[in-house]
Amino acid sequence: MKAAAFDYARPASGDEAVALLAAGTGMAKALGGGQSLGPMMNLRLAQPDSLVDLRAIAELRGCRRDGTGGMETVLIGACTTHADIEDGRFDDPSRGFLPRVAAGIAYRAVRNRGTVGGSLAHADPAADWVNAMAVAGADILVQGPAGRRTVAAAGWLQGAFTPALAEDEIVLGVRLAQWSAAARWSYYKFNRKTGEFAEAIAAFVVDPARDLCRGLIGALDGPPHVIADARGLLAALQAGDPAAADAELVAAGLPPGSYEHHIHRAALQRAAAQLKGNA
Amino acid sequence: MNDKPTSPLALTVNGRKVSAVVEPRTHLADFLREQQLLTGTNIGCEQGVCGACTVLVDGVPTRSCITWAVSCQGAEVRTIESFDEDETMAELRAAFTAEHALQCGYCTPGMLATARDIVTRLPQADEARIRLELSGNLCRCTGYVGLVRAIGRVLEARRQRNLAEA
Ligand SMILES: Cc1cc2nc3c(=O)[nH]c(=O)nc-3n(C[C@H](O)[C@H](O)[C@H](O)COP(=O)(O)OP(=O)(O)OC[C@H]3O[C@@H](n4cnc5c(N)ncnc54)[C@H](O)[C@@H]3O)c2cc1C
Ligand code: FES
Ligand code: FES
Repeated sequence: MKAAAFDYARPASGDEAVALLAAGTGMAKALGGGQSLGPMMNLRLAQPDSLVDLRAIAELRGCRRDGTGGMETVLIGACTTHADIEDGRFDDPSRGFLPRVAAGIAYRAVRNRGTVGGSLAHADPAADWVNAMAVAGADILVQGPAGRRTVAAAGWLQGAFTPALAEDEIVLGVRLAQWSAAARWSYYKFNRKTGEFAEAIAAFVVDPARDLCRGLIGALDGPPHVIADARGLLAALQAGDPAAADAELVAAGLPPGSYEHHIHRAALQRAAAQLKGNA
Repeated sequence: MNDKPTSPLALTVNGRKVSAVVEPRTHLADFLREQQLLTGTNIGCEQGVCGACTVLVDGVPTRSCITWAVSCQGAEVRTIESFDEDETMAELRAAFTAEHALQCGYCTPGMLATARDIVTRLPQADEARIRLELSGNLCRCTGYVGLVRAIGRVLEARRQRNLAEA
């Protein structure tokens, strides 16, 4: 099928983009790589009146180091592609975590065009960046008519396909703290066919230098379930006690005995085992 | 919106500068096929899943069905029609023939675009890696064995040549 007709604009600044989105009164949409919008518009699941292409806005491209709040941080521009991250064409603060996540998204041709900002704004609960950025403890930078604000990635999803983003706001980028040399991580994505969206995601990020051991149960029906202190869970899983995960799985909305409970538990076990292997 | 919006578009297609007027809703595959009459690019799913429409945009494989033509302002697009003189593609074509890597040919333009990316970007790829990288291109005829072998054959030949030169 073919998309319905729409107008197209390619602003050169974030201010201009926000003004265009505001003028569209809900019927204008930002365009990143088009790798989610394209399929939806071809199927006419989405029929915006106009698209505001963000790819010409210099500020949204590239990546820079920018200490924030006394910490060494890295800001990844919203229009950075999955392939840029996969290939390490950015200043990676995550000791290989983000490139590994990127490499598991879709297929190379989709990764060449799809963007981090677009994926976050799309807010599919099964998508990789909404989950990975939540467990990474990233912050999402947003610009709207009232100025700029920051949203913790762990609180980004209000529900499926519902980000903490107004219709006249754009994602500028994602900010992460530099992980220490002692940091370890694991990311396990369960899907039946290569390149597909996840049926379950589990991840751990451990950084002794920042006194941090976070876990994630992701690809849920709604927001990802972040386990702020996963020390006990991780130790139990690594000691071969999968039942230790049940309380968190139930808290994540996965009833015992269900298929979803089963695959998310297996994903957690595998993520815990991977982390052990990374040691 | 009864008067359909249009936008000017200037880009390079197969080395040729092209200026056109497009409806923003025209995706790159339709632009190439219907306005540039380059029908080598095939369209399967129009959802980014099958890979039949894969072309090179600024040197990298891209789904032309989910890339708006208008968003390719200033880009360099290469379709299957532009690879007659390309040595790597010539090698791939010969390997595709030798290994029976195509039957009806519908997936082939996209397969070749992806195959060329694999052999140039991942010179050390083994069979498992070839299969992983090829997972975004569907073929309903061959069962993939010939395709994987053909790409493996070109990779191996390139590795041997590099050894010989070293
Ligand atoms: C075949 C296929 C398989 C896929 N598999 C996976 C997968 O396994 N895992 C995964 O995570 N993803 C997958 N994807 C989705 C892919 O990662 C997309 O790139 C991503 O979801 C959207 O990014 P985009 O830049 O293309 O956004 P677009 O399609 O351009 O936009 C998506 C949404 O975000 C909005 N938007 C875009 N950029 C911004 C911005 N900077 N600020 C505000 N709003 C913005 C748009 O208005 C739209 O609502 C797949 C896609 C395809 C086609
Ligand atoms: S037609 Fe583009 S991926 Fe199927
Ligand atoms: S040769 Fe027929 S689809 Fe691949």
